Amino acid sequence: MKMRSALGQVRGLGSAKTGTDHWYTERLTALALVPLTLWFVASLISGIGSDYQTLKAWMEVPGHMAMTALMIIVTYWHGALALGVVIEDYVHNKTAEIASLIAIKFGAFVWAVVALVAILKLGLGD
Amino acid sequence: MSPENRPSPDKRPLSPHLNIYKFRLHMFISITHRITGVGVATGLLALVYWLAAAAYGPESFARVQYVYQSWFGYLCLLGWTVCLFYHLCNGIRHLFWDIGWGFEKNQYMNSGLAVLAATFVLTAASWFIGLSG
Repeated sequence: MKMRSALGQVRGLGSAKTGTDHWYTERLTALALVPLTLWFVASLISGIGSDYQTLKAWMEVPGHMAMTALMIIVTYWHGALALGVVIEDYVHNKTAEIASLIAIKFGAFVWAVVALVAILKLGLGD
Repeated sequence: MSPENRPSPDKRPLSPHLNIYKFRLHMFISITHRITGVGVATGLLALVYWLAAAAYGPESFARVQYVYQSWFGYLCLLGWTVCLFYHLCNGIRHLFWDIGWGFEKNQYMNSGLAVLAATFVLTAASWFIGLSG
């Protein structure tokens, strides 16, 4: 028989310490994504993707490759954190919730690695 | 009341939910931030597919371009552009709130309307430049 309340059980276990980390990282990545996104969208609009040769020549410029990689990494980070919150808020079945959280974290990581490999292949390949 | 007789957490009364509130434009602006965020993430799958196709060479890139430049591809891209600019503009609004700015009623009303206007202007400008270039 459980004699202690939920509050009683959690008391004395210490402070949350990294409790604001998720929130803060989401804001920090959002701040970084403002210039990164504007830069990448402006590049797309200027026609870097009109054909294969143009896209490859554009990606071969080291600064473009570095900026695109940065954009991908920060987007991955922000998206993985944020989609996790959406799942926590709306998926109420515990098994489905944990399964979707795992799927999102794995999926976002795979997404980022595929993008980075593609960027490197385009920029460095012959 | 002994602990066993206490109502379990899921039987306790909940705070009033969405359906008791009168619809307001700012409810729409708020939930749309989440919806467009999920929309942006969905579109990012297509962006990485596009980059990966290019990494596999000119032929696979041409095949993906063919689909992306169809009317359906353009429709999806238009939806993604709207989601991206909305989430970007409203995200900046959220960052200002995070440092404590813009909580007065007229301020958050006006900033919400500014987000809607900026989304429209940025989307229209992007497509105008993108298609004429």
